[in-house]
Amino acid sequence: MIKILFFARLREQLGTRECSVTWSDNMTVQSLINHLLTNNDDKWQLLLADEVVVAINQQVVGRDARIKDGDELAFFPPVTGG
Amino acid sequence: MDINNASKLSPLVSVVIQSSTFDVPAETRLLEKALADNRINMGALATFTGSVRGSETGASDDAAAYGELLALDIEHYPAMTQLTIEAIALKAAQRWPFLACRVIHRVGRLAVGEPIVLVLVASSHRKEAFAVCEFILDYLKTAAPFWKKAIFEQGEQWVAAKVSDTEALDKWSLPSL
Repeated sequence: MIKILFFARLREQLGTRECSVTWSDNMTVQSLINHLLTNNDDKWQLLLADEVVVAINQQVVGRDARIKDGDELAFFPPVTGG
Repeated sequence: MDINNASKLSPLVSVVIQSSTFDVPAETRLLEKALADNRINMGALATFTGSVRGSETGASDDAAAYGELLALDIEHYPAMTQLTIEAIALKAAQRWPFLACRVIHRVGRLAVGEPIVLVLVASSHRKEAFAVCEFILDYLKTAAPFWKKAIFEQGEQWVAAKVSDTEALDKWSLPSL
């Protein structure tokens, strides 16, 4: 399983803070998004926006990054701290 | 002041994420004590405190609709924020010989006028203290996973990321990074 977290505006727009997805061989960030899009729920298209940042195990990665079983993913909008 | 010995020591770096406020003089004393306990003499201390402004850039159109800004709600990704700021401080340490650094960033609801972030940097000379302080803030603003939501009298709105914050990184883009 992999854990997926959503933050800030993305969390509100998706209406979810966290979800789990069964891991599969050769899974990448992009293939995970594609998998979510097959759920027949348009809301996941929000993850396709270029500005959405993705982190695997707290490290920012690109859409082609490989996902390992047990990883923690996070999707979030551009940060605005400080 | 023995600069040579001091510069050989690893910087004393600490990063804290908290909802409670912070006391700048008390934090300064703690940093000074940590240096003294390690027999390090500093020559410069840069202190930056960021606070909740009375308005939010980009929300001006909404001021009429939403009324006055009351507070900011700051959300973060707990597992990642501290690690990110520590990584930024370590990156700074690879570039400038500073002696100690403390970063405090608050989360939760902060009213207008309340402090949000504190960066203390001690070094032997002022140039490093200023540079490290600014470097940490510039990277914190663009890499640390915090998000501000502006709370107005009648409504709320997520604060948009500023292009100027990303552009601010340009000045650090040197081969040594």
